Amino acid sequence: MIFPTTPSQTVGPYYAIGLPWPQGPHVVPPGTPGAIRLRGVVYDGRGAVIPDHLIETWQADPEGRFADLHGAGPAGPSRLAGFRGFGRCGQEVGDGSYEIVTVKPGRVPGPGGALQAPHVDVSLFARGLLHRLVTRIYFADEEAANAEDPVLRSVPAERRATMLAVPEADGYRLDIHLQGPRETVFFAL
Amino acid sequence: MPESGGGVGWQAIDDTPIAYLREGEEAHPPLDAPAYKSTHLRHPRRPLLYLPQTLTEITGPALGDAARIGPLDHDLTRQHAGAPIGERLIVQGRVLDTEGKPLRGTLVEIWQANAAGRYLHKRDDWAAPLDPNFSGAGRCVTDDEGRFRFVTIRPGPYPWGNHHNAWRPAHIHFSLLGRAFAQRLVTQMYFPHDPFFPYDPIYNAIRDERARERLLARFNVHETVPQWAQCWEFDIVLRGPAATPFEEEL
Repeated sequence: MIFPTTPSQTVGPYYAIGLPWPQGPHVVPPGTPGAIRLRGVVYDGRGAVIPDHLIETWQADPEGRFADLHGAGPAGPSRLAGFRGFGRCGQEVGDGSYEIVTVKPGRVPGPGGALQAPHVDVSLFARGLLHRLVTRIYFADEEAANAEDPVLRSVPAERRATMLAVPEADGYRLDIHLQGPRETVFFAL
Repeated sequence: MPESGGGVGWQAIDDTPIAYLREGEEAHPPLDAPAYKSTHLRHPRRPLLYLPQTLTEITGPALGDAARIGPLDHDLTRQHAGAPIGERLIVQGRVLDTEGKPLRGTLVEIWQANAAGRYLHKRDDWAAPLDPNFSGAGRCVTDDEGRFRFVTIRPGPYPWGNHHNAWRPAHIHFSLLGRAFAQRLVTQMYFPHDPFFPYDPIYNAIRDERARERLLARFNVHETVPQWAQCWEFDIVLRGPAATPFEEEL
């Protein structure tokens, strides 16, 4: 290492001036077959909703391919038309909720080359967070894949449910708790 | 901003790391910083768990496609009919990794208060005027040498409710997408000798003084444009490749 990294600072309460854009929550374009909604609510340590959070997501497409500018991995770039792979959801005056429109990701290689269960990487920013929080969203109806996922298996069994999105009519739901008995698993990356 | 992704306009860059430095706790401010009151109910109480760097973490979005950035997105002084009030500034710098390698084609987004310290935001109730000629948001993509350049005005400081007579030092918010999910960074740029530094719990949450000083812009007299704009330099370093990739993570 030659240069030390620039330290992180909070996104503050007014990020909506600069970061969200209308298509931000659309990981896939409108009308994409098989599109789902991935949604939830973010809560603080007192159980109150956090109205000024910003969620970003990053994921593979259903074939396990990324919309990556820089190499995309051994499978090559996504072939899904208009697939951005990235979602950004934040509101000027929010109600604590987030929602992205996406497709369920496929399986991508993990440590040792074993396949990981379908997952979405999440960055959470907010006033009061001096550094982003990183978590993953998995899917509760992928029981077999989840059971052999190396990251999920590294999480204490009683905490894994904090990362499992539950099926709904048009997608999945996962609430995020920054503290408390249901505190979401957050990662150092 | 970008309206499409994936497939279209995709261009491989072949020198991308396959593993990134793991940053220690000293690299960034702690999530639990009691003097900054908003951290109290928002920092996780349980230790962070270890996330291996898999393909998901070492890849990243292609939002830096220059074709998606508007021609005036980098110039916050020309986004309205008239000029905004305030000291005109050129804010420029390079985005590098910890090996000193320039990060080209990465999206840089900024937002800031106007010269009176007021944000164009529904929740900002500071009793200072809005400026009809200033929105306070900009974006650009780094060039082949990792350079970015904005034209803006010096933001004003403003009071906030953290403690008695709390004022935020003047700052510009920066968002860096980097090349990979692992490189994402949001930070703030400050100006040297700000009188509010000693009292600001956000700036001082960075424990190491030398690390705090990495958030200070430097006045550049040579790049200052006579009778027009001061030039301030701000280089940003995102974590680079791990010296030895962890084989178990590949």
